[in-house]
Amino acid sequence: MSDLPERQTDIGPPHYEKFLPPVIKKNYGKWAYHEEKSAGVMVHVAESGDKITTVRVASPRILATQSLREMSEIADKYCDGYIRFTTRNNVEFLVSDESKVDGLVKELKDKKYMLGGIGSRISNVVHTQGWVHCHSAATDASGLVKAIMDELSEYFTDKETPAKVRLAVACCVNMCGAVHCSDIALVGVHKTAPRILDEEIKNMCEIPSTVASCPTSAISPNPKEKSVKIKLEKCMYCGNCYSVCPAMPIADPKNDGVAIVVGGKVANLRTVPKFSKLAIPWIPNNPPRWPEVTDAVKKILDTYIAGAMKHERVGEWVERIGWEKFFDITGLEFKIQHVDDFTFARETFRMAATFKH
Amino acid sequence: MAKKYDTPMLDELKKGAFPSFITEIEKATETADYAKDLLGLLERSFNEKKTHWKHGGIVGVRGYGGGVIGRYSDIPDEFPGVAHFHTVRVNQPSGFFYTSDALREICDIWEKYGSGLTNMHGSTGDLVLLGTNTESLEPIFAELSSRGWDLGGSGSAMRTPSCCVGQARCEWANIDTMAITNEITQHYQDEMHRPMFPYKFKFKVAGCACDCIASIARADMSIIGTWKGDIQIDQKEVANYAKGGMDIQAEIIDMCPTQCMGYDGKAISINNEHCNRCMHCIAKMTKALKPGKERGATILLGSKAPIVTGALLSWVIVPFMKMEPPFEELKDLIDRIWEWWDEHGKNRERVGELIERLGFPTFLKGVDLEPHPAMVTEPRRDPFFFWSEEDIEK
Repeated sequence: MSDLPERQTDIGPPHYEKFLPPVIKKNYGKWAYHEEKSAGVMVHVAESGDKITTVRVASPRILATQSLREMSEIADKYCDGYIRFTTRNNVEFLVSDESKVDGLVKELKDKKYMLGGIGSRISNVVHTQGWVHCHSAATDASGLVKAIMDELSEYFTDKETPAKVRLAVACCVNMCGAVHCSDIALVGVHKTAPRILDEEIKNMCEIPSTVASCPTSAISPNPKEKSVKIKLEKCMYCGNCYSVCPAMPIADPKNDGVAIVVGGKVANLRTVPKFSKLAIPWIPNNPPRWPEVTDAVKKILDTYIAGAMKHERVGEWVERIGWEKFFDITGLEFKIQHVDDFTFARETFRMAATFKH
Repeated sequence: MAKKYDTPMLDELKKGAFPSFITEIEKATETADYAKDLLGLLERSFNEKKTHWKHGGIVGVRGYGGGVIGRYSDIPDEFPGVAHFHTVRVNQPSGFFYTSDALREICDIWEKYGSGLTNMHGSTGDLVLLGTNTESLEPIFAELSSRGWDLGGSGSAMRTPSCCVGQARCEWANIDTMAITNEITQHYQDEMHRPMFPYKFKFKVAGCACDCIASIARADMSIIGTWKGDIQIDQKEVANYAKGGMDIQAEIIDMCPTQCMGYDGKAISINNEHCNRCMHCIAKMTKALKPGKERGATILLGSKAPIVTGALLSWVIVPFMKMEPPFEELKDLIDRIWEWWDEHGKNRERVGELIERLGFPTFLKGVDLEPHPAMVTEPRRDPFFFWSEEDIEK
């Protein structure tokens, strides 16, 4: 390997200033306002009067180098090479020369890029690795995102929703995506307890850390087998033991599936940030297009669009009408699984006599 | 190119309006063989409804304890091309800005030594290079680091900090999110590359309470820009919004959570003393309203996903901190928090969970922060509180 360049350590990432368009460097911290020109185009105007146009396109987040090279070429042609990605994995072309915007938009459309995601719409879906790359996935992530966004694409490219609608997908309850605070989100869940492979636990796992990994104290040592045992009635299938001890596999294709949670948000606007709450506890995995899941998401979204006031996020709308009303008008069944019995359960019990029939 | 495997399930996902990840994986078969077997393995998962990846093994680059996630297939004999399929986390530039040349530089290295597949970006913020073998890790690191790139965090370490676009292109940014993120990242390289904490520790920096980086939900320490002083009003622009058809009474005044605003049909008035700085009015009337002039950040601590004891949102530990380079006050606070967490935290216990276990007052005393009503939504309801020795009459 002598032909390799000399490695350096602890240098950190390249400084961001290297990658900023001159108009951004000049007006850094001095932006006055922005205007949304369309679902995929916005213009930021600086106090100096300088402008920068952003053209946003959807991305599946998994990108091959060929796609990055193509985007780079487009950026060279219209953006002096400047390009960025958003916190939701959209791609943004940064145009300093206003006269190049129309050409860029045309070329992106010709090349079948999906422009949009700006304003009160559905933006790119934050999601996790799923079956593409994760050992603990109870469902796929990219496949679910693709299936849902194919159905809802017009809310990305054109149609407005009462407020932003933030979708997220996590392939297990570790939730590497921001599922726990999204407007509508999907999370892969298990319904059965992990199996205990005594012979392998002996060699692969540390008993104390495996016991300690269980949030409900369902796991205890089994000294006779140099293994562990599980109190099945205490296990709520989180899979944390499997993360610590690979000899406790929890995947169960017939029983793994998707839960839908709704009403979360991270922004502080109007109301405080909120957790997502359970709407549907389990829908079977039905790849490649998960039709039951996409139907349910559409049903929730349509009900929200029909009922929410302007600027009201999904969670704000549900809190205004009440969760009992939410289940009523969406037609979703309220099951025993909807009643919390985990750590912060008590805060969710209705301690009042006021509710809607 | 002829396909190595039939993938009818995956082919279905090449159709439709939204860009297809399957198309991306197929493209990557042109530069390396990994993706061919990835397609076969993935089709198998779609058929069997289960993942075919095993737990990460310990792999990495010399001198670092993280930055690479080991990944192995559980059926390597059938899909030898992805027997190893490790992830390399490359620390992204703050704000996710790139030049085309920088992207091509990454592509050149990754096509030579890896699968050609990336995530732009991972949930924590890294530029993720998805899929390579153990032998390629050192060459990749040499190629990357010699060109000015470094690895991000993994394991029980400081994870790669990330931020919103901030002052680079947003009129609402009260703090320089990219400068803060870059400074934390550079200052704590050792804590990022050599895991020595009880568990992971994430930073996210948001310029305002819109929190586009989801810091309050996804960072152990959430740094959120805010201000003191009166919201700046441009009444001419207020009139323009009204002329443009905005129902200012319904959309702005009535939706103000503290009801501190008024509108007489001509001008907006704000009782700033009662404003809680939620950003609704400013975000909806960006030409007319601007944050107050004294800028800084609210520091919050503790958020995480549900594993182990339930999801947490971060909560306020410092109501207002000035944020000026070199951010010494922030770094001093971080050092105190890490020291306390190191001392008291159990293995795999996030700082938020530790505070839950030992109590928020214990934390405040432990890191020497003064209690403040902004830290709670209400005072305690129970009569069970501790006193210190010095509070007791002897």
